[in-house]
This record gives sequence, C-alpha cells and structure tokens, in this order.
Amino acid sequence: MFSRSLMLCFCFCLCHGVQTEKSGPNLGRAASEDLIKNWNIDVFPDGEGLPAGNGNAVTGKRVYEAHCLSCHGVDGEGSSADELAGARHSLTDNPPDKTIGTYWPYATTVFDFTRRAMPLNAPGSLSHDQLYAVTAYLLYLNGIIKETDIINAETLPKVEMPNREGFIQIGTE
Amino acid sequence: MVRQTDLQPVAGGGLLDRRLFLKRGLSFSVAVALAPETLASASDNERLAWMQKPGEPFSNYGQPSPHERKTIRWTMGNSMAPGNGVSWAPLQDMEGIITPSGLHFERHHNGVPQIDPDKHQLLIHGLVNKPLVFDMATLQRYPMQSCYAFVECGGNSNAGWREEPIQTAVGYFHGMASCSEWTGVPLRIILDEAKLKGRAKWMVAEGADAAVMNISIPMEKALDDCLLAIYQNGERIRPENGYPLRLIVPGWEGVLNVKWLRRLHITNRPVMARNETAKYTELMPSGKSRQFTFVMDAKSLITSPSFGHKLDNKGLYQVSGLAWSGRGRISKVEISADGGQTWAEAQLQEPVLPKCFTRFRIPWQWNGKKMILKSRAIDETGYVQPERDALIMRRGRYGYFHYNAIVSWEISPEGSVSHVFA
Repeated sequence: MFSRSLMLCFCFCLCHGVQTEKSGPNLGRAASEDLIKNWNIDVFPDGEGLPAGNGNAVTGKRVYEAHCLSCHGVDGEGSSADELAGARHSLTDNPPDKTIGTYWPYATTVFDFTRRAMPLNAPGSLSHDQLYAVTAYLLYLNGIIKETDIINAETLPKVEMPNREGFIQIGTE
Repeated sequence: MVRQTDLQPVAGGGLLDRRLFLKRGLSFSVAVALAPETLASASDNERLAWMQKPGEPFSNYGQPSPHERKTIRWTMGNSMAPGNGVSWAPLQDMEGIITPSGLHFERHHNGVPQIDPDKHQLLIHGLVNKPLVFDMATLQRYPMQSCYAFVECGGNSNAGWREEPIQTAVGYFHGMASCSEWTGVPLRIILDEAKLKGRAKWMVAEGADAAVMNISIPMEKALDDCLLAIYQNGERIRPENGYPLRLIVPGWEGVLNVKWLRRLHITNRPVMARNETAKYTELMPSGKSRQFTFVMDAKSLITSPSFGHKLDNKGLYQVSGLAWSGRGRISKVEISADGGQTWAEAQLQEPVLPKCFTRFRIPWQWNGKKMILKSRAIDETGYVQPERDALIMRRGRYGYFHYNAIVSWEISPEGSVSHVFA
C-alpha cells in the first residue's frame, strides 16, 4: 500500500498543472487559517492543540460538583456514567477496574474529551480554565498529581499516566 | 412433492444438500416452507375483505405494513441522557443482505444532531499543501460510486463474553451490525486534491454532533477504499446514520465510520482520542490492551431459526443466516446440526461482496429431537471464525469489544430455540 501511495504521488507530479479526470474536479474552496483555527480542537499527547489557561484540583472540585457529579458520582466513583476514579483493584483482577487512573494512557485525552463532549447537557460550555481545573481534579482523584499542582498547556503533557505502556498497537504493526 | 432420495443428509442432525431448493426452483421451496393447513385456509375465501373495496390512496413516503409493527429497532438509552446509547437492528426478522435504513443500528454518544445541510461543511487540513473546505452542494458535483458495506460496532455481540448465554433475540445480541448500499465520493479524490504532504500518515476524522466525536484512521486505509457517503440505500442518509455526510471505512470498526463528518485533520500520528484509548481497546488477562484493532473479523450467525422462533413440527426447514468479514469476501459458511461434530456447506446467495453481509442458507430436516445448530464463517484470507472457548483462551473475558465466536442455538424437542455455549 505504501508503494501504491508513492505511485499516486508520482502520477500526480506528472499531471501537475494539467486538469485530468484522475485528479478530480477540484471544486473545493481554499480553507482560511481562521476557519482551521476555529474548528481545530484536537489535542495531542505531546500537547499540540492545548489552549491557554490553567487550573488546579481545588478549583476543579467545584467545577466537578457543579457539572459532572450528577452522572459520574461523588469523587468520580461512577453512577449513570462511567467510573472515573477510585479503582479498588487492578486491570488483572476479576473483574478488572478501569478508571482514568488505571487505564487511560494519556492525560491530554482527559482535557480533549471533556472539552469536546462534556458535560452531556451543555457540551462546549466550560471555559478553558474550568477544563484545566476539572482535568486537574480528575488526575488528583486518581492519585496522579497533587491537589495544588497547576495544570496548563505546559504541565499537562508531562503528567505520567500509570498505564502509559499498557497498550499493544495491533492495526499499525 | 419431496422425493425421499432428495432428503439424504449431507451431515449429522438432518442437514441436506445446500442446492436442494435451488434445483427445484422457487415454487418447490414455498411449498415445503408452508404447512399444509396454512395453504388450505388461505384458499377458503373467494374475496377477503381487502379485495371487496378500494385500497388506500398513494403515499408520499411508504411505511411498513401495520402487521409488521414488531419489526423495530430495540433501543437502549442512558436514563440520564437518552441520546447516549444504542439501538439494535432486528436481524431475526429480516432476510437478504440489505438493512432497511430505518432499521440500521445506532450508536450515539450524545444524540442525533438535526443538521441543516446548507450549513454543513467538510474541512480538510493539517499535513496538506491545500487545506480545503467543501459544502454539500459542491460534494454533490463530484463523481460518486456505491459501496455495499456492513457497519458493525466494535462492541457488537459483547454479551458473548458473559459467563451465561444471554437469552434474547439474535438482533438484540448481534444487531449492532447492519449493511447498506452507501453512495458518495471516494475519499481518495478529495485527499489527492488537498495534496498530502510526505509525513501524512494518519487522518483524524470528526463529527458535527454534540459529542464532536473524533477518531484516528491510518492514511493507508483512507487512500484505499474509504467513501464520503451522502446516500444510504438510494436516499439521503438518515439523520441517525450521519446525515448529511458520513465517512464509510469498509470492514473496519463502526466507530471509525464517523457520522455527521465535518473535519479531516491530516497528521503524522494518532490523536489518542478517548474512543481509541479509554474505549474501543481490549483489555487482555495479562493487563495489556489491544489498541487500534480496526478490522472486524469474520462472523456468522443463524438468524432463522434463532431465539424466539418456534418450530411447530418436525420436518423440512430452511436454515438462514448472515456472514461477513472485514478482511474481504466470505468464501464459505459451514453449518452443524449436531453441536459441531459434523459440518455441511451452506449455499451463499449471490452476489458475495467483500466487507458486505452475505446471506447463507441450507435445507434441514428436523427429526423433532433436541439438537444444536451452529454456523462457522471462513473468509477469503482463510480466517476461520473461532469457537467461543478458543476466543476466550486468547482474549480472556474482559476485552468487551470484538466478540466474534461461533453462535450455538439449541432446539428443544418442543421446537423452542435457546442460546447455548456449546
């Protein structure tokens, strides 16, 4: 497949500047930098995409209690929605206990998912400071950071998650 | 009508030659499928009520017969968030290979967005030389093609991991799989126009729903057979299946087939989204988890008879079911009516298409005794659908996703059908 994409590339170079059926009708508009900036909310494990702002678990607890607790339960123990913290046993127990602390490999995913999808009744409504704070609170509940640690674009990618090495990539072998 | 010489079993438990019905034609199979009493009662009246008055007028959009009201998706939403959950396709009530659009299974993370197609756009950016944006009217001007493909949730059939066999209709167990004709623009055309940079190895696809669901897909697959689907079974895609634009990733986990597609971020690495780390990964007994398990491996299941069906009399039945593989075409489906001791080959209905539902059938003479029916799919790569014990030996019981073991139905002497681990 790799050689196939190389070949396509080659074809494209040959056809450059000439409208051919193979290259498609080229009807798309050029995307402006503003559009890309406004739409791109992807956050990567190395921190790419993280916005300005910060927070810690102390303020995060208040955000959690106001927006998350009704579904995720007290201290993230789970209710109508997933258990997020407070695992009582490990991944090799029967049954295993999967939480952010025992299972999630990247801390940046907590921020990314919360920003794009939570809270369910008003997604997109939390400020970046609130998002950093609640991320900090969830990491604190899982015993990964201290209550007063500041979480921001610089510190979040550096948080070491306990299950960072827990995954075997199948489809990319 | 049926000569005894035609009824020589080809395997244990009364399985007959798969070509038996085909040799005799349609009228033969109808005749044996209906019980004699049914035929007699249907011919009693010269004119039944609906033949004695004009029928209903035309309709703008046809609906199923009121007598088919039981053929519905069974839904299960979160009590606190009704748009977060699933609905299952009623596989036990369907035939052929196409799932009607209104019965296609659903998995939504936060409800079905009501998208105005005039305001919907697709953005392609990242490691491209020409970041592009398309509105729906523009995409409609592109060359289109159809792809007949199943979509199966990675979590389909997960009740199979339980200690006890679940007793529920086959659709409620395995119906997070459906199959459609998807029509739209081959993704590769758009990616070529955006001019990928050399480091472009992944594509992060994102939907325009309230969950803004996103997921990473290897570029090799994106350039291979993915489709920007606009139509499903001949009409615009239904809202619950991604209207107005859905990414179809043939043969791969349902979660990659992003609905309400609005953005493709071309990157050199996966984004490590929640749905490729915390979810849709499979924890094994070692404590390690399988990640990026994209391909849906071969699966088959008998849909008739299945749980909830009742065999009224001993005698001839047609065993019917579905098989599919994310690796390509189904090459063979084998059926056992003696709990797996002997197997006979089922007839595959043409066309047999890659990464698409395949309908299989085999005639079977039930002797009125307790027995176990199984089906086993083999795809063109030689992959054989595993027995449950073998699957659990490899994966343990807590992986949740990618359960594709052989399904066993026990027929009782009374003709009822139950799910067993055998």
